[in-house]
Amino acid sequence: METLLSPANKELGIDALIAILKIAVIFNALLGLFSLMTYIERRVLAFMQFRRGPNRTGPWGILQPAADGIKLFFKEELMPEGAHKFLFFAAPVVAIITAYVSLAVVPYGGPLVIPFYGQVSIFGRPIDLQMADLDVGILFIFAITALGVYSIVFAGYASNNKYSLLGALRSSAQMFSYELALGMSWVSVIMAAGSFRLGDIVATADRMNVWVWFAMQFPAFIIYMIAACAEVNRTPFDLPESETELVAGFHTEYSSMKFALLQMAEYINMITVCALASNMFLGGWLSPLPGILPNSPLWFFAKMMFLLFVFIWLRATVPRFRYDQLMDFGWKRLIPAAAIWVVFFSGMTAFFGEKKTPPTTTAAVATSAPVGQVSR
Amino acid sequence: MILDVIVFYGAAIVALISGLFVIAQRSPINSAFSLIITMCSLAVMFAMLGSGFIAALQVIVYAGAIMVLFLFVIMLLNTRQDEGDRGGGIGRAAIVLGVILAVQSVMVVWKGSASLPRNHKETASVDVARGLFSSPRYLYAFEATSILILSAMVGAIVVARKEKGK
Repeated sequence: METLLSPANKELGIDALIAILKIAVIFNALLGLFSLMTYIERRVLAFMQFRRGPNRTGPWGILQPAADGIKLFFKEELMPEGAHKFLFFAAPVVAIITAYVSLAVVPYGGPLVIPFYGQVSIFGRPIDLQMADLDVGILFIFAITALGVYSIVFAGYASNNKYSLLGALRSSAQMFSYELALGMSWVSVIMAAGSFRLGDIVATADRMNVWVWFAMQFPAFIIYMIAACAEVNRTPFDLPESETELVAGFHTEYSSMKFALLQMAEYINMITVCALASNMFLGGWLSPLPGILPNSPLWFFAKMMFLLFVFIWLRATVPRFRYDQLMDFGWKRLIPAAAIWVVFFSGMTAFFGEKKTPPTTTAAVATSAPVGQVSR
Repeated sequence: MILDVIVFYGAAIVALISGLFVIAQRSPINSAFSLIITMCSLAVMFAMLGSGFIAALQVIVYAGAIMVLFLFVIMLLNTRQDEGDRGGGIGRAAIVLGVILAVQSVMVVWKGSASLPRNHKETASVDVARGLFSSPRYLYAFEATSILILSAMVGAIVVARKEKGK
């Protein structure tokens, strides 16, 4: 029993406690943000279309998300005949898990500092506003979002409904096509920062000045936003659920809480891509006026909310693509544009970039030079 | 550490069971789903070896891209349940090849249980490759397995052609 209370295990316990605390806070914050987003989206859309939007439940209709939640709770769970039972259940679960897990590596701010109090720490440990600081941060997110496709594929297949299946096929084809452009738009960021770690990317932006960084990565930012919009199936790209053709696409047969989970996953994915964009291109928690205003997680939040607003704005403004247009745009315009940008940027880095020392795994990389040149 | 052991055996058991399901399931979509789970638990193994990069690539390439293609084909062709009767020559050949693969795996595990680095800080992916290729005994097992996979590929083509000719 003594080994269980050894100092090492105590450290581990504290780590676990802090991790659980962070997870609890972020999980609930996301739940709140998700319901807030549904409300904001409806209000903003209404405002842009000269309507009133939800305004009956509570002041300014602010209780609308709660009312929606209660309604969905009390709806009947339907399972279509001939459905693949296991996958029908699995689809919303996969959707929500992948949506949440990918947010684990997104940093929300540097070390948590409260004004007039200073650095916050628990058991003598400074708190970073990030759940897991992985070396492969961006790749991890890419991997998890790649798994997210399955929720749609499974939902479509398991429903035993031709509209669902068509929606799922369209959706997975679309996510495929735009994932390429999405991945390529990250390359210049990774190249400039020399790291997959999102914290390092923000640190690089800090070193270069946020505005210089933003200007440097601007083409990548545009490509990223377009591809991300398609990844999360938002309006100009919402063919998977184009209601005029496919009823509601892959979630036609879903009702009650399973539907709510799918919907929630969509919004959380939207939050994820905006949080990522905020970190990678807009400098995350760095203040836009360096030296005048302090850095704060509030900046990160403001940038993310602005990007979310842009998504809603797009939805109110742009009509839906036709399917062939979507594929044309993805494969013939966006991916070549991304490829050209990658080539251009790597050329510029090769000629004008600062000479970097190899990444942090120097020991491992240095000994392996004969096998393959990893970094220049 | 106890936590590592739990995670390792958890991932191993999941990988084995889902791997079994891949071949035991009749409906192709169930097999594909099981294969996705296998891929993901393999990624957990790589991550435990300290190679997060390979783990991420495993999920991106195999679970993310290749398996989606599999599912695409399954859904588009709308294949129903396999009618069984896959015996005959192919079945016997599969058993022989499976036994070879099993013996190989056991030998790799038995001979080189302490082969991969056990530090949990950082293992560059090149180190894993070096671990595999530096000493000849892994090289042979590796090459033999690659030939086995090649023969499986040829076998897949043969099976597909037969289906077409009918």
